[in-house]
Amino acid sequence: MRKFSYTIKDEVGLHARPAGELVKEAKKYKSRITVCKDGKSVEATKLMAIMGLGVKCGQLLEVSVEGEDEDTAYEALKTFFETNL
Amino acid sequence: MQKLSGKSVYKGIALGPVIVLNKSDEKVKRIKITDTDLELSKLEEAGKKSAGQLQKLYEKALKEVGEASAAIFEVHQMLLEDEDYLDAIHNMIQTEMVNAEYAVAVTGDNFYNMFANMDDDYMKARAADIKDISNRLIRNLTGEKEVDFDSMEPSVIVADDLTPSETVQMDKDKILAFVTVHGSTNSHTSILARMMNIPALIGVPVNLNEIQSGMQAVVDGFNGEVVFEPSEEICDEAGKRIKEEQEKHNLLETLKGKENITKDGKSIDVYANIGSVGDVGYVLENDAGGIGLFRSEFLYLGKNIYPTEEEQFQAYKQVVQMMAGKKVIIRTLDIGADKQVDYFNLGREDNPAMGYRAIRICLKEKGIFKTQLRALLRASVFGNLSIMYPMITSVDEIKEIYSIVDEVKEELDGDGIPYELPEQGIMIETPAAVMISDDLAEFVDFFSIGTNDLTQYTLAIDRQNERLDDFYNPHHKAILRMIKMVVDNAHKCGKWAGICGELGADLELTGEFLRMGVDELSVAPSMILKLRKEIRESTVTVRE
Repeated sequence: MRKFSYTIKDEVGLHARPAGELVKEAKKYKSRITVCKDGKSVEATKLMAIMGLGVKCGQLLEVSVEGEDEDTAYEALKTFFETNL
Repeated sequence: MQKLSGKSVYKGIALGPVIVLNKSDEKVKRIKITDTDLELSKLEEAGKKSAGQLQKLYEKALKEVGEASAAIFEVHQMLLEDEDYLDAIHNMIQTEMVNAEYAVAVTGDNFYNMFANMDDDYMKARAADIKDISNRLIRNLTGEKEVDFDSMEPSVIVADDLTPSETVQMDKDKILAFVTVHGSTNSHTSILARMMNIPALIGVPVNLNEIQSGMQAVVDGFNGEVVFEPSEEICDEAGKRIKEEQEKHNLLETLKGKENITKDGKSIDVYANIGSVGDVGYVLENDAGGIGLFRSEFLYLGKNIYPTEEEQFQAYKQVVQMMAGKKVIIRTLDIGADKQVDYFNLGREDNPAMGYRAIRICLKEKGIFKTQLRALLRASVFGNLSIMYPMITSVDEIKEIYSIVDEVKEELDGDGIPYELPEQGIMIETPAAVMISDDLAEFVDFFSIGTNDLTQYTLAIDRQNERLDDFYNPHHKAILRMIKMVVDNAHKCGKWAGICGELGADLELTGEFLRMGVDELSVAPSMILKLRKEIRESTVTVRE
């Protein structure tokens, strides 16, 4: 399993649209990808759950990737967060 | 015949057939089923159909309102495919042996509540999206047709509140009026109504299941009333009033492009008051000479964090560019009192109208103020911008503001960012400012009298307190004398003075303001042409 932490820089936080983009990205991989905020962990492929976290700008997220393509997924997700959020 | 009252968002009158949207979920019945596979396949079919509809909506919105607004329908598609949502529906069908539409209605409600209870305003509003997709699924399950907006005749829209997918589908020429059960003045309905100048009533206690599409209705935005199945008499009366309104409207249209000048040659500027970039369209449409009050609060309200300098700069720049050289007076942050924003953490005050607000916050929280000033000075390069400071009571405050402006200029110089120092004026809305307006005039470029606050402070009458309505006289001599005093003191210093409060649009006083020598009146865009008409019919020379 690989993990990284990321502080949201996007002003609007992880709102509907960026959350949707994240789900799209996460669905590309076989690995199980989870997003954790304040001890609450949800799967990155579930849009309502992600939106339900109510992630705002400046909040810290922990992203975990586990599965056969975890290295590729890890790099891709990291790039995704850095460029979009 | 049924008569109901609500809050009017736009004054106008309409008569026509009703179209009822999103009837409540009551009609979704729980039915015991035996063949779960059949229900699941019906659900899948409905899901596919919904996805197809949303794709079409997305494409339509993309063409008509642009990518940013269209994205909501892409999100809707994804929400429809959400695993948790679908799992919950599947589970319910399988374990409780119920019909698919009932499972969708219950699951939709659960997710609706999850979002409605979040502490984030933005996420709260997403509850409407959940309802939207759930209703779509249910419609596709029951085979009920979506309202066909393309072939509808001009109608009075009656709804609980409007959903985004409804607002984008409606052909704006086919809406006569809105009547909604819910909705605030900032809801989709209200925004749309103001934009389109059509009568709209919100907060109307109408039972949507009692109203049938096709019924006739009269919507009276002047009295805040709607009558369903009106009598012939009421219809005739409404028809007459609609014709009158239309004639008045046509008459006003002929005034576009004409000067604001009295019969005896006295002219005055008529500008518009606006509260967001989107309002500029109405300013231009109504032929205003400029923007006399641009409330910058919209940049701060309805958010979780302070707007950035870039965000503000872009908004100001866009407005001055759209106004193409016409004057745009932007009032700096006027938050506090009745306008509260959570992230400012202002705390509760016993007397907010006289509390920590407007320029007082700006002078204490210099960081917030400087961000706005930087954006304003930068935007000034792109057009005819003026800055106006609210709630001034002393010369010292102006000096303090100017020293902060100097700091901002130095910083911009240091950063090598182009800017211009615009004209700077103040709101006159405290009796103190009136009494020392002779001193203040020396320091500023103009005055704009905010009659709403000035009246409440002068008469010691809280505008929010309905019990005081009988004591409230907006034409009180004290106010009129104050206005005269401010105008005279401005002119003695070679400065100009205008009025941007509600009184400016009071046609009974237009003649008096002209005689006082008021230089500018700033009013709601919809009042511009009415005021122009009044001015053009006035004579100011006092007959001996």
